[in-house]
Amino acid sequence: MIAPTKPDLVTVNIDGKEIAVPKGTNVIEAARLVNIDVPHYCYHPKLTVVGNCRMCLIEMGMPAVDPATKAPVMDPATGKQKINWIPRPQIGCGTNVSPGLHVRTTSPMVKDAREGVMEFLLINHPLDCPICDQAGECKLQEQSTGYGRGYSRFIEQKNVKPKRTQLGPRVTLDDERCILCSRCIRFSKEVAKDDVLGFIDRGSYSTLTCYPGKQLENNYSLNTVDICPVGALTSTDFRFKMRVWFLKQTNSVDPESSVGANTVVWSREGVIYRITPRRNDAVNDTWMADSGRVLYKQVKSDTRLTTIKVNGADSALDIAIHAAAELCKAGRVAIVGSGRSSVEEQFLTKKLAAALGVSVSLVSRVGQGDKLLISADRNPNVRGALVTGLITALPAAKLTELSAAIDAGTVTTVVSLGEDLATAGLTAAQLTKISVVYLGTHANATSAAAKIILPTLTGFEKSGTFVNQQFRIQKFLKAVPGPVGATDDLVVLAKLVTAAGTAIAASEVGPLWKLIAAEVPALGTMTFANLPETGLLLDATPYAALPFAEGETLHYKPAAQPAAATT
Amino acid sequence: MPAPAQTRIIFQHIDEPGYTNDLACYVRNGGYEVLKKAVTRKPEELIDEVKKSGLRGRGGAGFPCGVKWGLVDRKSGKPIYLIVNADESEPGTFKDRYIIHQDPHQLIEGTMISCFANNVKQAYIYIRGEFPHGAKILEKAIAEARAANLVGPNILGTTYNCEIYVHRGAGAYICGEETGLIESLEGKRANPRIKPPYFPAVLGLYQCPTIVNNVETLCHVKYIAQHGGEAFAKIGTPGNTGTRVFCVSGHVQRPGYYEFPAGTITLGQLLNEVCGGPLPGRKLKAVIPGGSSAKILRFGERFKGKRKVGAEMVDYDWGVEDVPMDFDSLGMIGTMGGSGGVIVMDDSVNMVEALANINAFYSHESCGQCTPCREGSLWMKKITTRMVHGEARNEDAALLKSVADQIPGRTICAFGEACSWPTQSFIAKFGDEFKQYPETKKTAKPAGAAALI
Repeated sequence: MIAPTKPDLVTVNIDGKEIAVPKGTNVIEAARLVNIDVPHYCYHPKLTVVGNCRMCLIEMGMPAVDPATKAPVMDPATGKQKINWIPRPQIGCGTNVSPGLHVRTTSPMVKDAREGVMEFLLINHPLDCPICDQAGECKLQEQSTGYGRGYSRFIEQKNVKPKRTQLGPRVTLDDERCILCSRCIRFSKEVAKDDVLGFIDRGSYSTLTCYPGKQLENNYSLNTVDICPVGALTSTDFRFKMRVWFLKQTNSVDPESSVGANTVVWSREGVIYRITPRRNDAVNDTWMADSGRVLYKQVKSDTRLTTIKVNGADSALDIAIHAAAELCKAGRVAIVGSGRSSVEEQFLTKKLAAALGVSVSLVSRVGQGDKLLISADRNPNVRGALVTGLITALPAAKLTELSAAIDAGTVTTVVSLGEDLATAGLTAAQLTKISVVYLGTHANATSAAAKIILPTLTGFEKSGTFVNQQFRIQKFLKAVPGPVGATDDLVVLAKLVTAAGTAIAASEVGPLWKLIAAEVPALGTMTFANLPETGLLLDATPYAALPFAEGETLHYKPAAQPAAATT
Repeated sequence: MPAPAQTRIIFQHIDEPGYTNDLACYVRNGGYEVLKKAVTRKPEELIDEVKKSGLRGRGGAGFPCGVKWGLVDRKSGKPIYLIVNADESEPGTFKDRYIIHQDPHQLIEGTMISCFANNVKQAYIYIRGEFPHGAKILEKAIAEARAANLVGPNILGTTYNCEIYVHRGAGAYICGEETGLIESLEGKRANPRIKPPYFPAVLGLYQCPTIVNNVETLCHVKYIAQHGGEAFAKIGTPGNTGTRVFCVSGHVQRPGYYEFPAGTITLGQLLNEVCGGPLPGRKLKAVIPGGSSAKILRFGERFKGKRKVGAEMVDYDWGVEDVPMDFDSLGMIGTMGGSGGVIVMDDSVNMVEALANINAFYSHESCGQCTPCREGSLWMKKITTRMVHGEARNEDAALLKSVADQIPGRTICAFGEACSWPTQSFIAKFGDEFKQYPETKKTAKPAGAAALI
């Protein structure tokens, strides 16, 4: 193992607490390390510093040195080096630590500066918290409670600005609430690389808007809503739906691609209202794609499978399992596993294949990466299948081998784990030739042709793990219960494996991990419970030779491919 | 003591009968001779002369020009830019426009000398949008100079190349702030930059080292290159060298521009003798000595303290009339020399109404970037406008002061000070007028009084 390089540490003193922090840290972040809150609006750890909100003003001083001799000047009262305090407050976001820096965050000067800024921010703010979606997670609310004076001296008319501008298909702007922090502008320019937002007009009449003829329509537009410290930018989807303090937060992972952006699923009483990103500095920083935020809509979809069926007739789980086992016992079986299945499901899929003595193919989903948080491989967990040993090579573009086997009559039964065989390369004629056992969440051509349908759960209704493109194993947790009629994939798989003749003791994630840890060497030291929230990197070296599809994304660089053999 | 005579260095030819703004006339009067000599000297020598001269920037802050040049990052290998700040927009200031309109080649010569001294290959004259005529004159003058091989490639047969471009602003006061100007010149919204890290001398225009100098400052550089830094330093007073152009406006008999050695004339001499004193039947009431953002002075108040004269500390006891017109003396009494715009008000002016006018200007000109200035300037304007046009309350003076106190020192650029100092000083000096204003309003204005802002 290569020891990580030790960053240059600088010792600073914040409100009397000494702390060593890496060089280049600003005062806000340094204070955070000693649990001191420096309130701020415009500063965001993942964006450039502009220092315009002036909320993070702090008092700073440096140890006094004699200008001639450079010798420290001592304070006889304390016996310590004298501190020269700067008479004007400085911004914490734009002040980087330097050796001996002293900071006061609670002095009268700082308190007065914060009260002044809070008052200024509120005088033209509509104070419509009772109808504002941001209420409950609003920095303006929090910090006026924490650092404001608590009364108003403003008797003039407030400025009037546009109340509901559609900045794009997913974002609605209330300009009166905007405090002009410019986070959204910087995000669009610096992260999304889609420079469409700007201010027009001057002074307090400054108004956020899109450039003429432009829209905020990129696939990252909703991140502006997340980072908006107030209720100015709102998600058109979530707007006026639910008060945020009623919502339960469940950690999850975006299953759109092998990036595995960390997310939070917000739900109440079994209904999901929104999905937001969760900070993971090694994966997605504080961002996620808009497309990943609407995935919760599949939970309550019209095409959701909620009835167990055998030969078109409604059935019960054990009957269907028995029917499936009978089909499998007849032989000539193939399994189509999935790169969308969790590691646990893939582990059981492998068990099933072993019990039946058949091969498994995976469906490939390669598209264009967006160089940010959607990678070229749209399967979230192909690497999980490699780690569990379900596959040893990357999935082929189409199910050509299976297709040939069906035509040759060597396969007559296919167990599909949520994969639509029609889109994966099988023809309608081939589908009619075979018996399909379909485990899945939504109706499609395969479920329509299936002999046996076993409805299962979406990623929001179950727990599990994905291994992302960095070989980082990350867990997602059950946010809401599944619908009546759908069964946890692990339960279905465990029953199928058992019916095939190999007893499986566990069908829940926790106990199952004991088996996984025992059988999969790469996961040998882990349990599901102790997996960190931000995931754990696995050793990728055994797979270094595989030609993965991903190009560069936010925190991922593809390994240099060995030069193609020139023969 | 009678007022000293004017010493016209910068304004030598302004309003001179028969003097035109073309190259021929400038050359006839000895123009570009200094540049011809300067390009044969070592650039470092020229910088040394400017350092020795003690020249302080004439844009408003009075920062020593030699120090500014000394801060420029010359090791980065990046090009160094020079920007002529011709965004003369401080209310009450109208000196640069006369240089530009009547003697543009003086500015171009000063600019070229400064560029040569600092190894600048590209200079920009950023001229305010409200000077369309001035921009045309400069364009023409630069074209003439280029044709005469005074600007452009291989000037005067040397290997030195330097281009000057004129860039017009779009009419925003904040573009006079050097980092706001740089943003505007880059084609962006003129939001001033945070310092650190964006000091123009290191990370200026296009993130390259940049010098931003006022029009008048660069004209002084020409004089310094001609006569030497020591000769320049002998004009004026120590620490306040050279001449200053005062732009006097308002309630005096002869408003206009006057050039005097810095610190040799008092405010009283300037207003009463040079400008002919108050209008008939009126009394001087107040004066803003350095552009509208400088703190106002009230006639009748006295300033006491100790000041340095040579090596000694001497007591001073000044009335407004006794204050020498230089950066340090005006700074000592709590105001500033600023841009040299002297705004005079007599007893016909109500200070609440005067402040309402100033506040309207600053609230309109705040860029809107940082909170205290953006919200504070408009709030102050709303209060003073309400006092003048709506209901004035007794407690408004205290509120105004409190709002103004929350702004300076807490903003990115000096606009925070610029917009709050008028309110702070008007209330400090004329608080009684603010408190009495609800009563004052009940008295009808004299017939023919100008409409209030």
